[in-house]
Amino acid sequence: MAKSLTQEFVKGLWDEVPPFRLVLGLCPTLAVTKSIENGIGMGVATTFVLVGSNVLVAALRKFIPAKVRIACYIVIIATFVTVVELLMQAYAYPLFLKLGIFIPLIVVNCIVLGRAEAFASKNGVFRSLLDGLGIGIGYTLALMALAAVRELIGTGALTFWVTPIQVFGPAYKPFSFLVQAPGAFMALGLMLCLMNLAGKK
Amino acid sequence: MREMIKMVVVLTILSFFSGGVLAYLRNSTQERIDNQVLEFVKGPAVRTIFEGAGNNPIADRFTLKDGDVERTFFVAIFDGEPRGVAFETSGKGFGGDVGLMVGIDVKDDKLLGVGVTTHGETPGMGAKAKSDPSFVSQFKGLGLKEPFKVTSDGGSINAISGATITSRAVSAAATSAEDIYQKLKPQIDDKIKGFKK
Repeated sequence: MAKSLTQEFVKGLWDEVPPFRLVLGLCPTLAVTKSIENGIGMGVATTFVLVGSNVLVAALRKFIPAKVRIACYIVIIATFVTVVELLMQAYAYPLFLKLGIFIPLIVVNCIVLGRAEAFASKNGVFRSLLDGLGIGIGYTLALMALAAVRELIGTGALTFWVTPIQVFGPAYKPFSFLVQAPGAFMALGLMLCLMNLAGKK
Repeated sequence: MREMIKMVVVLTILSFFSGGVLAYLRNSTQERIDNQVLEFVKGPAVRTIFEGAGNNPIADRFTLKDGDVERTFFVAIFDGEPRGVAFETSGKGFGGDVGLMVGIDVKDDKLLGVGVTTHGETPGMGAKAKSDPSFVSQFKGLGLKEPFKVTSDGGSINAISGATITSRAVSAAATSAEDIYQKLKPQIDDKIKGFKK
């Protein structure tokens, strides 16, 4: 039953990668994956919150009374989210303009509360740190993958940081349906399908 | 009973620390955030208006009280002399207020230029006020004697085709900038001297 430390970390990258395996945290997954840049920004912000809240919840798990644990977790998570929001405004304002409302909404992202409740409240600090980091990086990669598909097909370019890199050249007619909201559902559905096919024994 | 007290105590301590951390962080990032907002929301308009200025107009700014509102003025230095001020006004557009940055030459009381900062106008129609520079460039060099009006209202500004309401909003915003400038001119002249290098 007990997993090794490496396994705690690695599970977040494939076996329990949030949007595809656990199918959690879909709101930002669908909404912000218009460009890779947004995906990275959202992923890094979520990872920071995940690691922070996981470590703190694990450290305080002996002190937090069971009946008010959810309230305590939310206070911890909301604090980290506000920290991220302020830092992003101060140091990456253009990114903040694009992600906008979805940064404060990390508070209600199921992944963060889910990891606090299901993992950090039962495990030690170091294990929780690895778990948060693994899930966070997995989430970031998932967002990047989805964003890459949508942006590449939808606009013919990839944006890693600020300037788009044209991939297909000017002759390409962008299939802009994919960068619009309904396209997000389609792209996510197809990727889920592929993930399930690939994971089939 | 014991359990209840523990719950209250734990939550109180947690909230106390959370509040403390956030208050500290907010205080220490406040100035930077204000600068970033100015840089990315107002900055582009200010920079186009003050093209060729020898200073950074976003950094050289002052505020004045105009009745109840506090207005921020950006200062541009040309040839070592502070000559331009820019500040933001707004006019009623088709989709809410249209924010307009208005740059004025304080030496000969002429418009240096205007630029739309924020708006909720229709893309492809009123939104051209921001994206198409040929509309706002009409204001460049105009004197501050009379209100600005679009041609259909008897003025000299050619409206964006299909977006008369937006064009009126921009003209009205420029006109209100005129009034504010006339009202605050003594104070502006006074303040702007401090930026001489």
